[in-house]
Amino acid sequence: MSLQYALTVTLNGLTLAALYFIVASGFSLIFGLMRTVNMAHGSLYLIGAYVGFAVFDPLYMNDATYSYAWYIAILAGIAAAAIVGIVMQVAFLGWMQGQELRQALVTIGISIIVADQLLANFGGSPFQFFAPDILFGPMEIPFVGRYSTFRVFQIGVAVAVGVGLWLLLNKTRLGIMVRAGVDDRQMLAACGINVPLIAVFVFGLGAALAGFGGVIGATAQPTQLGIDVKFLLTSLVVVIVGGMGSIPGTAIGAILIGVTEQWGQALLPTYSVILTFVIMVAVLAVRPQGIMGRPD
Amino acid sequence: MSGRLEIDDLHVRFGRAHILQGVSLTLGNKPLSLVGRNGMGKSTLCHAIMGMVGTHSGQIRLDDQDLVGLNPNRVARKGIALVPQGRRMFPSLSVHEHLTLVARKGDVPWTIERVYETFPRLAERRRNGGNQLSGGEQQMLAISRALLMNPRIVIMDEPSEGLAPVIVDHLVETLKQIAAEGMGVFLVEQNMRVATAVSDTVAVMVTGRIATTMASQALMDDAEAQRRYLGVSHGH
Repeated sequence: MSLQYALTVTLNGLTLAALYFIVASGFSLIFGLMRTVNMAHGSLYLIGAYVGFAVFDPLYMNDATYSYAWYIAILAGIAAAAIVGIVMQVAFLGWMQGQELRQALVTIGISIIVADQLLANFGGSPFQFFAPDILFGPMEIPFVGRYSTFRVFQIGVAVAVGVGLWLLLNKTRLGIMVRAGVDDRQMLAACGINVPLIAVFVFGLGAALAGFGGVIGATAQPTQLGIDVKFLLTSLVVVIVGGMGSIPGTAIGAILIGVTEQWGQALLPTYSVILTFVIMVAVLAVRPQGIMGRPD
Repeated sequence: MSGRLEIDDLHVRFGRAHILQGVSLTLGNKPLSLVGRNGMGKSTLCHAIMGMVGTHSGQIRLDDQDLVGLNPNRVARKGIALVPQGRRMFPSLSVHEHLTLVARKGDVPWTIERVYETFPRLAERRRNGGNQLSGGEQQMLAISRALLMNPRIVIMDEPSEGLAPVIVDHLVETLKQIAAEGMGVFLVEQNMRVATAVSDTVAVMVTGRIATTMASQALMDDAEAQRRYLGVSHGH
């Protein structure tokens, strides 16, 4: 095996991990921090991708607007997923806080409805965004050679999302409220803080990250219906491996899963599917709260 | 500026358990203590006032505004703060974060700076986590968290619980000082010595009712009442 091959596989793993991190960090906020079971997280990813593409396509076809079509698509994908997420939280999940089974069933129902609605309205063909010119095409990387500029950009985006979330949670009053709400919702309310409103904000932010991931992911590779299940499952595994509600833990989990998947496909193509679950089982056996998780 | 808290014929039930069976109390300008044995419903009363448990019937009014049915955050915004039993720190937050969580902007009596002046120990431990503190430090922080909301009335549920005697003396001085500055103090205590030191009047709760309200000095002098209401006797 050449060095170039090994580095390329690793880089593929890291860029995939970057996408997983963007999506799973949203899941970590919703499931890890707020303990809201959201089996429709993959649907929010798809909504971001599909609505983003519906906005992108006509703009991209027009010579006057094609250069900024992608950026508008990003905003549209984020907004669509956030709005759907906020409606889900306000209409359904907020008042069944703590009832995990009920939340799971409701969100599975929502994910089925979303999948059928997307099929009915947008059709079943795969689609892909064109990255803006500055991110389009290959770039030269030492020892690796030509590599997709956009996939390198993905890593930068993931780092920015991670740093942003860390700052939000650790350095702002809103972040203090979120963490206090995780510890003791009732006491936080007795401190004069509108806890349901905080929950709506966190859910909206988590959903927005899924929608953002949808547009990013559908730019890196073609996207179609069905991929929501993969992203839901991966987000679950990443958050469980990394530790519930920990942003650094989510980053570690995403890197572990992304790199393992790519190396698994390179070395053990037949068994690569189960490798991520082997990691999950191993982590749960040794450290049930996840790598960076706090014991309950 | 304190407010007038009036509780009238308040009933709270948990399923078939009738916890509060018609509590009536009035808290005016002077501090009021509520004593009683374990399980008499004292904490439930605190939670009912804060909106943390639902009430079955009866009224809770702060200066003629009805508080029944409001969420805890609305009750807190009306000017009632709780120092809960067991202190209920937020383990994820540092000391300083506990304070920034509740601190209000503007021209208010209690600011973070004043908390650190009043409790220098908290300033020393400002970066420590909420559950890395000693019991006494946690109680200072729980009281500071309530004071920073600059409430009109502060409800303290068993603040002396689990504290060393010397810390309890300091607590009593702090509570007297808070009351002297004009904040309403409603003190729930099992420790009769603390209750009678802070307020001139003591209400006694027995199985979900206010059995009697009497002068602190009278309760101190009446061994028979202490035995009957609190199960304490000076013989041993």
